[in-house]
Amino acid sequence: MLATLLTIAYLVGVIAFVFSFALFAVWFERKVSAWMQDRLGPMETGGFQGWLQTIADAVKLLLKEDIIPAIADRPFFRLAPYMVFIGTLGAFVVIPFGAQFVGADLNVGLYYVIAISSLVVIGILMAGWASNNKWSLYGAMRSAAQIVSYEVPIGLSLLVPAIIAGTLSMQSLAVAQQGGFWNWNFLRVPPFGLMAFIVYFWASVAEVNRIPFDIPEGESELVAGYATEYSGMRYAMFFLSEYANMFVVSAIAVTLFLGGWNAPLSFLDFVPGPIWFLLKCMALVFIQMWLRWTLPRLRVDQLMGVCWKVFLPVSFVNLLVVSFWMLWVR
Amino acid sequence: MRTSLKENYFEQVWKGISTTLIGMRVTFGHLFKPAVTLQYPHERWTMPERARVRIGMTYSECTGCGACARACPVDAISIETLKAQQDEDLGTTKDGTKKRLHVLKFDVDNAKCIYCGLCIPPCPTGAIHFVPDYEAMQLTRRNLIYHFTILSATEIESIRQRDREAKARAAAAKPKAPETTLMNPSPPQPSES
Repeated sequence: MLATLLTIAYLVGVIAFVFSFALFAVWFERKVSAWMQDRLGPMETGGFQGWLQTIADAVKLLLKEDIIPAIADRPFFRLAPYMVFIGTLGAFVVIPFGAQFVGADLNVGLYYVIAISSLVVIGILMAGWASNNKWSLYGAMRSAAQIVSYEVPIGLSLLVPAIIAGTLSMQSLAVAQQGGFWNWNFLRVPPFGLMAFIVYFWASVAEVNRIPFDIPEGESELVAGYATEYSGMRYAMFFLSEYANMFVVSAIAVTLFLGGWNAPLSFLDFVPGPIWFLLKCMALVFIQMWLRWTLPRLRVDQLMGVCWKVFLPVSFVNLLVVSFWMLWVR
Repeated sequence: MRTSLKENYFEQVWKGISTTLIGMRVTFGHLFKPAVTLQYPHERWTMPERARVRIGMTYSECTGCGACARACPVDAISIETLKAQQDEDLGTTKDGTKKRLHVLKFDVDNAKCIYCGLCIPPCPTGAIHFVPDYEAMQLTRRNLIYHFTILSATEIESIRQRDREAKARAAAAKPKAPETTLMNPSPPQPSES
């Protein structure tokens, strides 16, 4: 009974964390983009560096009129943002924030994460179809094509740490990397651990539809892609889930490649695990923002070319080499 | 990325990675550069002393000649003057020109003004000039008319009153005869433009 209550309290805490992280990340992205362009970004709302800006924006979006197009498929139009958000939120169940901080330590955790993240595609397709709008549909189709393509290198790259640790449970994957940063998976079987990490990270940027892989919502061609017809809180759900998704893919990368909640050196163990975990995640989120404000958008053919001609062969080679390494060398 | 598998596949992959890193180095460098943004309502540019932004005038320098109003292509300047009495001394401008006219009204309508500056060269005393004040927003169009006279309404009225009295005295002193030849029965009001 107590355990159930604790789990519920933990998950409520995680949801609160997801929302506050998304608000923080939107603000942080605006600041990062501004700094990289020698601007200041939001400065007025809330005093210090405009820290209240996204909260003010969220309140504004909550108060906006909720417009549903007359020819839209109403039930699906209403459902789609929540599908996207559920797909994102579901992944948090198995992400280990610390030695004791995990919602459910499934023995198929990694598989579960990949499976539930695919709900996002369904939500996006649903949004594009239900909007009954050519831009939305194009955006949704592109998004589906992109995510389905990039799931392949992501899956193959995530198998590398799974093979090294011999488990699919996220918590066990984190525990297997204890004892200093040289035990982290991205430094195992050099350079193939690192290559798997890089391939996963790049493909995950495509997975969350961010620049340079943001053709599903390329605003110069598709207005806002699948979110074109959305307004008010429903639009905010898409927006929040994009940023929550950034955290999810970073958290998976940290858990599988960067040692999870482990300290890089054993004398740093006095710092609690969740703090290490969040620090590493924030670093990866920052790199995603950094990439976004550095690179231009890829064309559709370039996007598919990178995926099928570069990422896929590389991740296959990785998988094969690491498999044989674990089979014979160790 | 054009990846032809026949040749330089690895070169192209390496090029993709290395050029990305070059771009990332550039943006990372800019991360720590100070922003060029000026937080406008809190900080302001100091405008150049002679910035040509809005028409202003120095009332004490104006002789009321009306050259600026005649030069204005859009009739944005409206001036009303009255001749000074014999016993009045309005002083001189800085360059020594004697002021002979009361300038009762000197209005510049900034809604009409096209900021061409054609009113400035004709001014004999340099009274009208550009000022570097760029915050000219007003809530009503009426407020865009800048009143440059420093005389109050009562002062203007007293000047008018004295003028009328002087006219009346002059009329009384004059012989009656020319009165009938006047085409315009209203009392002559010397006014500019």
